[in-house]
Amino acid sequence: MTLTLHDVSRVFITEKGETIEALSHISLDIHDKEFICILGPSGCGKTTILRIIAGLESATSGTISINGTTISKPSPRMAMIFQEYSLYPWRNVQDNVTLGLELRGMRKAEREEYAKKFLGLVGLKGFERNFPHELSGGMRQRVAVARALAIDPSTLLMDEPFGALDAQTRNRMQNELLDIWQKTRKTILFVTHSVDEAVFLADRIVVLTRRPGTIREIIAVPQDRPRERTSEQFVQIRRHLLDMINEESGDASKV
Amino acid sequence: MTRRLGLVLPLLLIIGWEVAAIIINNPFYLPRLETVVPVLLNPFSSDYTLGTGSLFDNAVISIERVTIGFGIAAAVAIPLGIGMGRSSGINDFFDTTLELLRPVPPLAWVPLALAWFKLGIASIVFIIFIGSVFPILLNTIDGVRGVKKTWIEVGMTLGANERQVLSRIVVPGAAPTIWTGLRVGFGIAWMCVVAAEILPGPTSGLGYLIMYAYNLGQMNVIIAGMITIGVIGLAIDVLFKTIERRFFSWRGLDR
Repeated sequence: MTLTLHDVSRVFITEKGETIEALSHISLDIHDKEFICILGPSGCGKTTILRIIAGLESATSGTISINGTTISKPSPRMAMIFQEYSLYPWRNVQDNVTLGLELRGMRKAEREEYAKKFLGLVGLKGFERNFPHELSGGMRQRVAVARALAIDPSTLLMDEPFGALDAQTRNRMQNELLDIWQKTRKTILFVTHSVDEAVFLADRIVVLTRRPGTIREIIAVPQDRPRERTSEQFVQIRRHLLDMINEESGDASKV
Repeated sequence: MTRRLGLVLPLLLIIGWEVAAIIINNPFYLPRLETVVPVLLNPFSSDYTLGTGSLFDNAVISIERVTIGFGIAAAVAIPLGIGMGRSSGINDFFDTTLELLRPVPPLAWVPLALAWFKLGIASIVFIIFIGSVFPILLNTIDGVRGVKKTWIEVGMTLGANERQVLSRIVVPGAAPTIWTGLRVGFGIAWMCVVAAEILPGPTSGLGYLIMYAYNLGQMNVIIAGMITIGVIGLAIDVLFKTIERRFFSWRGLDR
């Protein structure tokens, strides 16, 4: 499966009537089972790209297609994982994980099997009956990942999913995500503002410019996983990216 | 301990009442405790209510009326509130009219109610409806607007159609606030039924009973009736709160 963004632009009109160009002429091919990180200064439209692909917003011009078929509304082949606050507090963990299956009319007994399977995959076996407020931030994001995987999408869209977590939890979640990615062989599109996170996770890193967001550079990370954060190559790529990001944010502050 | 402390004042008040009643020695101003208690202890006998239907019968009639008026109010306000909370078009269409009607006290509707529905249950039900419809409506709108955008978007990416978004996400997400509206609305409905029954026309109900007793100068029956009205109101509120704790305890814990 190839996910193609062709010449995607997005213009917002504010309440005052001003037009803001958030994204400008983004073209990108995302290959099957690839792990892509989208990196850029804040306000560059990273999240907007994800939301357009998820079908939550529409592009002002340009197209998104899967294997050549244009998509414009939420597709069952995509699942999105939000930064936080995305679990339903009135549903227990199991019912959160299986919402997508419930919407498709799957029977409860069968759903329970799925919940077990995917909670096992994210390391939350035995938490089926707990409620979201009883879980830590990291555990809640695991539930969100399990919920996304349960509908068996081919692509996971992740919008700074670990942004609200503390450093240790974040590192652990990154490792586990790579594990899950290798086990499930999904395509992952991962938005982050952390250079370190991008270099640790991605096959390719798409660096966006400041608003209006355009693709500044696409950097392949050829290193095998698990990656050593202190290796020479890691540090080199990291430094290169940091320079670019600083330049982009610096330009923004001069305007 | 706090519970017990809370019982001290009522006991003192009862003692003070009895002492005052003995000193005043005029049952039309303040009847003695021992003339009120028998009325309360014989709720099924009309001998204690001046031959106009027992305390219990009148209470049942009042509860019936309130249930009908409140039920109609909920059946109108909840769907309308969901519509207004979800769609700015529906909101704009109704909002001005409702804001104009809302400040009119329920009892100001009495003459119109009598003109339209004549003496009888329909006009009482109408007053109750007016009294309870606004708190239910406003809380429903608030609750629906308070449903997190992320919750809805997660549902959409998981494949929920508009109907499923409503039934699986919006309604359960707004349910605690709607429930608060129902609780407040029922409190007002209970006040309205008593007030409406005091007016000329009805020949039954707790409001009618205390007014009837007033006309016959039977202060002990009035006070027994008032205590009954208070106890029923309290019991219903406790019931609402118990259900709230049982089903909606997630509110405030969501993150």
